[in-house]
Amino acid sequence: MSARSAFRSAHTLIAIATCGVLSACEQAPQGSAAPLAAASAAQPARPVAVAFAPPPLSAIPDDAFGVVVRQGEALFRNTPAHAPQYTGNTLSCRNCHLDAGRLADSAPMWAAWVSYPAYRSKNRHVNTFEERLQDCFRFSMNGKAPPSGSPALVALEAYSYWMASGAPTHGVLRGAGYPRLPRPARGWDYARGQALYTEHCALCHGADGQGLLVDGKPWFPPLWGPQSYNWGAGMSRLDLAAGFIKANMPLGNGNSLGDQQAWDVAYYIDSHERPQDPRYLGSIEATRQQFHDGPYETYGRTVNGHLLGVGSGVSGGSTVTQAARGRTTTPLRD
Amino acid sequence: MRRRGVLTVVLLSGAVAHADAPPPAADASVRPAASSSAALAAQMALARQIVLHGSPQGAHECAICHGEEGQGKIKAAFPHLAGLPKPYLERQLRHFGALARDNPSMQAIAHKLDDAQIVALATYFSRQVPPPIMSPATPPPALGEALAVRGRDAIPACVTCHGPGGRGLGGALSAAFPPIAGQPAVYLERQLRAWKNGQRPAGLDGLMGAIGKRLSEAEIVAVSQYFAAQPTLVATVTTEARP
Repeated sequence: MSARSAFRSAHTLIAIATCGVLSACEQAPQGSAAPLAAASAAQPARPVAVAFAPPPLSAIPDDAFGVVVRQGEALFRNTPAHAPQYTGNTLSCRNCHLDAGRLADSAPMWAAWVSYPAYRSKNRHVNTFEERLQDCFRFSMNGKAPPSGSPALVALEAYSYWMASGAPTHGVLRGAGYPRLPRPARGWDYARGQALYTEHCALCHGADGQGLLVDGKPWFPPLWGPQSYNWGAGMSRLDLAAGFIKANMPLGNGNSLGDQQAWDVAYYIDSHERPQDPRYLGSIEATRQQFHDGPYETYGRTVNGHLLGVGSGVSGGSTVTQAARGRTTTPLRD
Repeated sequence: MRRRGVLTVVLLSGAVAHADAPPPAADASVRPAASSSAALAAQMALARQIVLHGSPQGAHECAICHGEEGQGKIKAAFPHLAGLPKPYLERQLRHFGALARDNPSMQAIAHKLDDAQIVALATYFSRQVPPPIMSPATPPPALGEALAVRGRDAIPACVTCHGPGGRGLGGALSAAFPPIAGQPAVYLERQLRAWKNGQRPAGLDGLMGAIGKRLSEAEIVAVSQYFAAQPTLVATVTTEARP
């Protein structure tokens, strides 16, 4: 048994779901930002999280590999433009992975790269990094999974691999995933979340949560509705959304909201409709039982008299919206 | 406040008109005076008097440093005020008056202005056309562009809030995050240092205070040169995203 799998077993003992660190769509691992108070001396010591910084963009090599790394970076920054055939909304990777996947506590891609293959409770098998990326397209991008080995995936893998230059494969990197916030003492509340949203979020994301276009291109991302992540995305889970919000919002002054505020805003955002979960089983209740039974889910729950999970727009995206996207460059062709 | 489907053409001068227009609901109840053209003319006349001759209470005339139409003086690092959003200009005068924004000259002036005079001056300058700053022959440093367009770590790209080329995003966004294109580089540097040192209110959600503290001196200089070199009179079109 490798050190890594031993580490994973230890985690299972203390009832922590083991998973990857592309947390925009999936459970965050235990990082240094969230020490587990319950861990006692009798349990194996957790590995010490190691600090890591990705190389500067100027270090991308000027060779054939570097060309693909840059393609990955471009795709990361403006996904609808570079991978229109796989995106079903106006989001880009960088909307959830800030600084184009470089920022700690924002599910950085260098940490994700060294975390796969990994078992994920979401689909109950060991996922490759590529499969993990495919899920981002399916859920967070409300699109279609690019085929294995397709140029879009190769570019994203190359970009992530390059960013992880020098990162320890078997270690735990500080800032991986999103911070895990302690469960709030006051629970979460729609009205509190709404007031916070109006004060801190609405200016950029819109009072209706639909974001802003500038010169016809997506600028501030929509947080719910047909152009946002679908019900299968990790960001529709309160714990992941709250961790992201706490560490990174308002953009430019992360960690300025309190934990309770982050939970309340996350609940407000995830109490709105978004595209249907592509794993939909024919009824909201069946889908809820199969995929959304956890404590941090809003799918299948009734908020303000509305049963969430009806879905808005088209699951898997709509070609009708393609004209609204910022396709200013040549897409990566298969 | 934000209307779906509104198309805002921001030409700086255009941004002004938009930012200046009160929301329909607030028009009649909150600012009855501004709704009539006679009241606007009176405001402009009051402001023009102060701009050219100073105020009866002893505030110095604005034109000495900022120019009669608020065009600024680049070589002396006096910022242009022309075309900046009215709510932004109002806020700055109040901050100077309350000694919250650090500038002895402006503090002394704003301290002597009453509320009506502040509103009139903000109206006046917001309705002027900004100076036609053109791109320089020598491009600004790459470090400045990288920060402006891509950001670094937890510092977002400046254009995220200040708009493409720093020309603002129009409407309520420009009122919160003003256009910065074409302002004197030295002026921009001073503002970033003021945020870094806590000498200027940190702004909406404390954003500029937090960002200023993370900037290195080299980044402050480079990014200031970048925005000083951005042309002012280019159209930016912002659209409320439709579901």
